[in-house]
Amino acid sequence: MANPLRSEVIKLYKHLLYLGKDYPKGATYFKERLKCSFMKNKDVTDPEKIKALVKRGDFVIKELEALYYLRKYRTMKHRYYDDKHDK
Amino acid sequence: MSGRVLVGVKRVIDYAVKIRVKPDHSGVVTEGVKHSMNPFCEIAVEEAVKMKEKKLIKEVVAVSCGPQQVQETIRTALAMGADRGIHVEVSAKEYESLGPLQVSKIMAALARKEEAQLVILGKQAIDGDCNQTGQMTAALLDWPQGTFASEVTLEGGHVKVVREIDGGLETIKITTPAVLTADLRLNTPRYATLPNIMKAKKKKIANMKPADLGVELASKLEVLRVDEPPQRQAGVKVESVDDLVGKLKEAGRI
Repeated sequence: MANPLRSEVIKLYKHLLYLGKDYPKGATYFKERLKCSFMKNKDVTDPEKIKALVKRGDFVIKELEALYYLRKYRTMKHRYYDDKHDK
Repeated sequence: MSGRVLVGVKRVIDYAVKIRVKPDHSGVVTEGVKHSMNPFCEIAVEEAVKMKEKKLIKEVVAVSCGPQQVQETIRTALAMGADRGIHVEVSAKEYESLGPLQVSKIMAALARKEEAQLVILGKQAIDGDCNQTGQMTAALLDWPQGTFASEVTLEGGHVKVVREIDGGLETIKITTPAVLTADLRLNTPRYATLPNIMKAKKKKIANMKPADLGVELASKLEVLRVDEPPQRQAGVKVESVDDLVGKLKEAGRI
């Protein structure tokens, strides 16, 4: 089971797990889904396929970061700027 | 030019947390509540790091005042790309009365000590909403200030700052050293990723006391009472258009 991509997949999992702590629906909700989606592909052995999946994971990381930023930005805008009825 | 930028970061209750007032109205509940870096401070850090990436400056120093826990916030700033941190240690008890004036005295003293070229702060913190620290720091240093910045361009000994003012934008040109405060639209702060947080653990955080900087922390302000905002009144459902018109007339809207 010593796949050379193993460490990369674990790194991705850890990174996503860390990002999930701030997930709006809660860390537990995120964790369950994260585990499910990793387990779904546990039998994939083709290195090309694994690489593609890791790439997809990286994309999800980007999406999550964007989601958190937007959520924060919107809250701040709502709190400090929207009162003036922005155009 | 030293090429050094000092960035102030504040640890505040996380923006997504529902704030609760203590039963004795002396303040808000902070124990066991998630804290994070003030969103406007994140913008300030991002701007400094961006300047460094463009090689316009040489070093970004993140500063925070408060008890031991503020080191987490400094770590976050280091993970975002600051080079080193300065933790000005203020005991939890003193921290309660620490206001913008005391912090700006510390910032001013540090700016002199570190020979900073720029001091970048968030325009305000989401807990105290004071919006004073940047302005007072500039006054104490007798440096020019570019507040509510939504765009900053550093060119030689000058900074061009586009400021968000009521009803529009104002562009000013000031000489460095200067104090800038970041507004919401200045940039998009990057997320402190896990690998970067790990790497940030190797960066240095210097520890000092306000007394080392010759700053007296006594505050003349006293908080009398903290209250929750009034509860929003429930709405009413109307049966017909006539009802609606009647209600609106009653409320004096039409």
